[in-house]
Amino acid sequence: MKEFLFVFRNDYQAVPKGSPEEMQAETKKWMDWIGGIAAQNKLVDRGNRLGSEGNTVKPGNVVTDGPFMEIKEAIGGYTLVRAESLEEATEMAKGCPIFQNGGSVEVRVINPM
Amino acid sequence: MEQTEELIPHLFRTEYRKLTAVLTKIFGLEHIEIAEDISSDTFLMASETWGIKGLPENPVAWLYTVAKNKAKDYLKRNTLFDQKITPHLQNNSSEIQEFEIDLSEQNITDCQLQMMFAVCHPSISSEAQISLSLRVLCGFGIDEIANAFLTNKEVINKRLFRAKEKLRLEQVKIEFPSQGAIEGRLEMVLRTLYLLFNEGYYSAGKDVTLRKEVCLEAMRLTNLLLENKTTNKPAVNALISLMCFHASRFEARVDVKGETILYQNQNENLWNEELITQGECFLNQASVGDKLSKYHLEAGIAYWHTLKRDTAEKWESILQLYNKLLQLEYSPIAALNRTYALSKANGKNEAIIEAEKLNLKDNHLYHALLGNLYTGIDNVKAQFHFQNALKLAKSKADKTIISKNISDLGSAKNQ
Repeated sequence: MKEFLFVFRNDYQAVPKGSPEEMQAETKKWMDWIGGIAAQNKLVDRGNRLGSEGNTVKPGNVVTDGPFMEIKEAIGGYTLVRAESLEEATEMAKGCPIFQNGGSVEVRVINPM
Repeated sequence: MEQTEELIPHLFRTEYRKLTAVLTKIFGLEHIEIAEDISSDTFLMASETWGIKGLPENPVAWLYTVAKNKAKDYLKRNTLFDQKITPHLQNNSSEIQEFEIDLSEQNITDCQLQMMFAVCHPSISSEAQISLSLRVLCGFGIDEIANAFLTNKEVINKRLFRAKEKLRLEQVKIEFPSQGAIEGRLEMVLRTLYLLFNEGYYSAGKDVTLRKEVCLEAMRLTNLLLENKTTNKPAVNALISLMCFHASRFEARVDVKGETILYQNQNENLWNEELITQGECFLNQASVGDKLSKYHLEAGIAYWHTLKRDTAEKWESILQLYNKLLQLEYSPIAALNRTYALSKANGKNEAIIEAEKLNLKDNHLYHALLGNLYTGIDNVKAQFHFQNALKLAKSKADKTIISKNISDLGSAKNQ
């Protein structure tokens, strides 16, 4: 088994803020999806969501505060899973609810140090 | 005489463990057998003496006095005294007579608590921890432990012997863990108590009374933790809450022949309201702090099961609790139960897709679940899975239930 990182990206500005009920329904979809991976004993770490505040440090001490929300495909969160192959991990990612809002999941193999 | 015969087994169950805990604390865990021998001898003497002379006025006080004297005699005769006790005495061995064995309620409770931490030491397997708990913390006979584990006396004796050897080797002491270690050690204790309760609750053993007693002992020991400030933690409250909810179904879940009655077929009038209320109360007390233990989640699931009516809210809540539980700790049974809840909350079709991914093909419950999910959707597949389940099931109770599913499927087809 190898470990894989799921990176969730979306244009978070474009995703409409729903009513509390809709947001709850959205949370449920995520919980059911993660729960399904955990039920296969393939969840390594459910990971976290990332807030919109942040900085980017560049060469020469150049610091830019991240206007991340305006960038399409901003990283919104990550999760760690376990799978036999990249194909299997990719298959797992296909169930992610993010696609219903136009987002994407980047699937990356983790090479342990 | 008759009175004596009834009283001694009862006192053995309640007092043997107390004497053993206090004496082991004095002698050191490495000499636990001496403590056990003295406790056993005390009861032997009681049955002889009481049988001839009749019951003493205060049987418990009598037992304590005899045990104290036996312990003092032992210490006097043995070099052990020099190593263990003398350093703690101010002057010399003439103080043996003064030396007190403290059998006050407070000291008994403290010793039992410390013994609990010693027995649940990470160096021995959880199986050994449970056996040892039943022996020295609950005062169960070797026969009873063998019965509870569906094995023979020899296996249990060997297991206990090895566990004690290991504790000796690791130089485990009967003491409270240090402030820094208590959280981790308490986790071990809770795990053992949880397994001890499950041993009684889910065992395939036919002795219903014995199984119930194992559960009640697990609850008693958990209560000991609640009574102490240092160990009265949210997770402990969550664990006792979980036990209360499960225990509330004692009378409803087994028929007169000792066969299991499935949850959906239980007569809910037999559910114990008092235990359910207690469970709710403990769950409230558990809801402080910022640590969510698996006992919190399992208590939450058990709480929803105390409401028999199927509602969307009930199954949605159970599903989400299982989702969280699995993120905290995977287990095949939680994965299967989660999938059942998924079928109730999101429908059978979604649950079938998820169930097929579970990769538990060697587990009879996996096939029983798929059999149930396919029933009414694809009865051929349902049949296939029920047959697999029947082949894999080990206990008679499981086989009976699965056979019933198969025959129900057959009669549905003929209609």
